[in-house]
Amino acid sequence: MSEKLKLDNRSTSIVKDAASHMAEVVVGEEMLINMGPQHPSTHGVLNKVLKTDGEIISEVFPQIGYLHRGLEKIAEKLNYHQFMPYTDRIDYLAAMNCNLAYAMAIEKLAAIEVPKRAEYIRVIMAELNRIATHLVFMGTMGLETGAWTPIVYGFREREEILDLFEMTCGQRLTYNYMRIGGVSDDLPNGFVDKARKFCDVLEKKLVEYNNLLSYNQIFIDRMAKVGVLPADLAVDYGVTGPALRGSGVKWDLRKNEPYSVYPELEFDIPVGKGELGKVGDAWDRYMVRMREIEQSIRIVRQALDKLPAGDVRAKVGRIFKPAQGEVYVRAENPRGELGFYVVSDGSANPYRLKIRTGSFNNLSAVPPISKGMMISDFVITLGSFDVVLPEIDR
Amino acid sequence: MTANVIFEKLRARFGEGIEFQDNSLLPFIKVRPDSIRKVADILRNNPDLGFDSLMCLTAVDNPANFTIVYFLFSMKHQHKVTLKVETPKDNPNVPTVEKIWSAANWFEREVYDLFGVKFDGHSNLVRIMLPDDWEGYPLRKDYQYPATYRGLPL
Repeated sequence: MSEKLKLDNRSTSIVKDAASHMAEVVVGEEMLINMGPQHPSTHGVLNKVLKTDGEIISEVFPQIGYLHRGLEKIAEKLNYHQFMPYTDRIDYLAAMNCNLAYAMAIEKLAAIEVPKRAEYIRVIMAELNRIATHLVFMGTMGLETGAWTPIVYGFREREEILDLFEMTCGQRLTYNYMRIGGVSDDLPNGFVDKARKFCDVLEKKLVEYNNLLSYNQIFIDRMAKVGVLPADLAVDYGVTGPALRGSGVKWDLRKNEPYSVYPELEFDIPVGKGELGKVGDAWDRYMVRMREIEQSIRIVRQALDKLPAGDVRAKVGRIFKPAQGEVYVRAENPRGELGFYVVSDGSANPYRLKIRTGSFNNLSAVPPISKGMMISDFVITLGSFDVVLPEIDR
Repeated sequence: MTANVIFEKLRARFGEGIEFQDNSLLPFIKVRPDSIRKVADILRNNPDLGFDSLMCLTAVDNPANFTIVYFLFSMKHQHKVTLKVETPKDNPNVPTVEKIWSAANWFEREVYDLFGVKFDGHSNLVRIMLPDDWEGYPLRKDYQYPATYRGLPL
């Protein structure tokens, strides 16, 4: 009994004592608990069946598919341009990044050259969107640990980004801004100044957030040493994005397999170092995202400075037929690698389109690291992976 | 290492029975279903190859067969390779690579769910996206859309 209750992922000794006391007095039997499909810690609809003995989890069975819309089947019925709005719905918190990955895949398949200005605009949008979704993550991670303030701040700053997006493409959530061959329209008047101003404001706010939440002792006690994901396990399960970097693996497609104009911009890749606990714990995964916001600000500033003049869209026919062939293109999205495998049979519609998403693999790595964990820690662990369910179910 | 070099290395270890197709956008190595596990094992465990990550696994419903596509990647050497395995339409069956890459577990379940391809030796081959009592495999080209589900019109 007590053998099973290895509580090495607890930080405070008080909880450890209480749990071992509990293990002695309560000789329970294992039971199955449904956590979900609706639960505050899941951003979307996800059911986790927990096999528990009291508060201790012995196994987790995630049940996904509640939001399965069959995007891959829909893609086969539409032409290449028509599928763009559907990519907004893959990861609704980072629609720009999904747009970008899809556009890149088709451009490679059909050998389309994108104008330089369009590439810079795309990078600005993708990085602003990365900041926006990481801000939501900061807020929800606060909620998971019982802090109600950060989400208000996170959403306040995200609102500024949504304003920037709205003035560019008229939408605040599903942007449908990018096109195969560029972007739909040029930046509106005043965008560059407004974006610069926003970067200055956010930079100052980040210091506040770190004081408020990241280095808050209560928050650290809940996050450090919880849900430790070792690097080799992460790679084995195909974990990517901030979750992989949290485990100390310096791996970022923007650097390792550069695309768009990222090679022309300077930025660092933050990785988890186990500063306050162990490498790969929930706090590391959290902090990697907070540091990525800083890097994204750097990228946006440089891209705004370097923004060249010129066209924003290559000439691409309304209905075009790429030659027979296939590509696999991947991009670094806020939740990990978003890969598009597209097969063309020479017609106007894709013959097969597979969407490989970060959250799908990241969630699959949660069950093996959740054994022997308390239910309240499981909430933290799952939250720190920042999965978005439409991205898993597609 | 480019896909070509990886293929030569693989052939030196493995012998005949694998083919290389130098497709400019996506070169791939074609493997017979009965040898996929051995090939995967070499790719993963040979220190020069070191493919520690299965980036993606999916299937394509081709007119003649189902093709399972494996996208492999090596974090250590930063090279990648694509494998393809063809399996007949009437009894699609491929050995699982779940023991070699844990990521394959869910990927193979998804392919089973949406294409109906069975993976021999898989530890938990059940539907992952659709309900357990769903009929048919939606990503097949000849899939007939159901009119009702449990008596409810769709």
